Amino acid sequence: MPTRRRALMILGTLVLLGLASFWAALTVGSIPVTTRDIFTALLGQDVPGADIVRQLRLPRALAGFACGGLLALAGALMQVLLRNPLADPYILGISGGAGAGALFAIMVGLPTLGIDGLAFAGALGAMLLVFGLAHGDGSWTQTRLLLTGVIVAAGCGALISLMLAIAPEDRLRGMLFWLSGDLGQAASAWPPLIALVIALALAMPFARELNLLARGLLQAQALGVAVDRLRYAIFLLASLATAASVTTAGSIGFIGLVVPHLVRLVTGNDQRLLLPASALAGGALLMLADTLARSLIAPQQLPVGVLTALIGVPVFLFLLSRQAK
Amino acid sequence: MSAPLLTTKGLAVEIGGHCVTRGLDLRIEAGRRLAILGRNGAGKSTLLATLAGLRAPSAGSIELGGAAYAALSAREAALRRAWLGQVQADPFGSTVLETALTGRHPHLGRWDWETSRDAELARNALAAVGLAGLEQRQIHTLSGGERQRLAIATLLAQAAPLYLLDEPLAHLDLNHQMAVLDLFSGAARDSGAGVVMVLHDPALAHRFCDQALLIDGDGRCELGAVDTILTAEKLSALYGYPLRQFADGNRRSFVPS
Repeated sequence: MPTRRRALMILGTLVLLGLASFWAALTVGSIPVTTRDIFTALLGQDVPGADIVRQLRLPRALAGFACGGLLALAGALMQVLLRNPLADPYILGISGGAGAGALFAIMVGLPTLGIDGLAFAGALGAMLLVFGLAHGDGSWTQTRLLLTGVIVAAGCGALISLMLAIAPEDRLRGMLFWLSGDLGQAASAWPPLIALVIALALAMPFARELNLLARGLLQAQALGVAVDRLRYAIFLLASLATAASVTTAGSIGFIGLVVPHLVRLVTGNDQRLLLPASALAGGALLMLADTLARSLIAPQQLPVGVLTALIGVPVFLFLLSRQAK
Repeated sequence: MSAPLLTTKGLAVEIGGHCVTRGLDLRIEAGRRLAILGRNGAGKSTLLATLAGLRAPSAGSIELGGAAYAALSAREAALRRAWLGQVQADPFGSTVLETALTGRHPHLGRWDWETSRDAELARNALAAVGLAGLEQRQIHTLSGGERQRLAIATLLAQAAPLYLLDEPLAHLDLNHQMAVLDLFSGAARDSGAGVVMVLHDPALAHRFCDQALLIDGDGRCELGAVDTILTAEKLSALYGYPLRQFADGNRRSFVPS
């Protein structure tokens, strides 16, 4: 159990990391902007590059932070809910549903708002379908939930392949971009940011109960956790957090699976620290990865999912090898 | 609480179409110890989980200190009874001390963190089961017997007045079997704890309990003082294997004949 002071220290470090990553996201690019100019621009005054900072880089950095945080938080919650270290935010078909919705919207030529709307509707649809099917006989076990989710995800995957096969040539590129995840398509950073704050605020009061849930349902119930209610709440929360992120930026991989593990290797598995630390680390990592993705071989952009994996995998392996005893 | 720690009236328990008990009336007063014996698959664990409020009975009522489970929140129930299950699994790893501290959960408010007093209680509980000095060990490095004792330490840290123990002696060597039984007997004698435990050794049940409940697996069960219930005749019928009984002072032992 981390002490409160150690928890605050770790969170403080992660905030600094997040700020550094934020700074990089604002300064780095095809037109470099100095740190002083960034402050001036953020204060609303006109300097060279102010528009680029305010209208392009700032929303993109904030959206990156929000989506990274949402994905890492949802991943940590799913891993507890399913008591499975391999769980990630997409495992229960949320991103598949969103993908099917978004691709349909792109295929029939809807505007951005329509794409976002159908993506969110698809995510909600997949969530309700998984919930209804897994809960059908009242047992609602982890295995049943996991199987239902994987099957729904597979079904959505088939729909996505079908749409890619029959879509007109000129729409294909947009569809593929949506699928691989792209922060450039974020219309506004505020919805995911607000979603992140709300999700974290809703999850934190239950953090100690989640510690017990991770040890087993009966165990948790015997120790005073209202297990059924908590599992409903966590399922809904993790699903909605995932839906908010996927709607904003498509299905960015890796963050939701690996960031919680990465944080766990450093902090241990106390959810009171793990949840906020995962959100901060996920946000910082995605902002950094996105900055690299758009600047490494500029003007060409790399898929951000590739960068999150390229940064995360070595860090993760290093921590894992250090931990082995 | 003047009401008994645990009462059941007309309790019927079923699992998968198999009837474990019907019409069971139990009453566990402070300081009393009850042993549950029966063959594998008779439904001992199912009955115990039902008594712990972890699964619903098919009929009848269960009250903890005069209150039905429906009237208690999960947390209030956890302050009145502690349950030791047969399986302890933790897919994410944690230390021995963290695990023992989970027993303090029902005592803490939503935003509370474990205090140094909670840590002290957890350390004392670990020392009571002979795990002092292992506080920082990862639980996956423990042996089966050590994990079982850790689970018991977690129960002690929970400090509920009623212990429901499903095979508390599983994985334990002889020395620790006696230590654990002495521990719970001591809790019953000194602090008025009630103890209900599933045991497989009738001799230990006779020595460490006041009452015994024999579950035969067909819905019939027999409850009574250990002296009248734990006899070679009844146990031979229960286990379906002839047993011989030997007396050593007040103690009994049973040997397959």
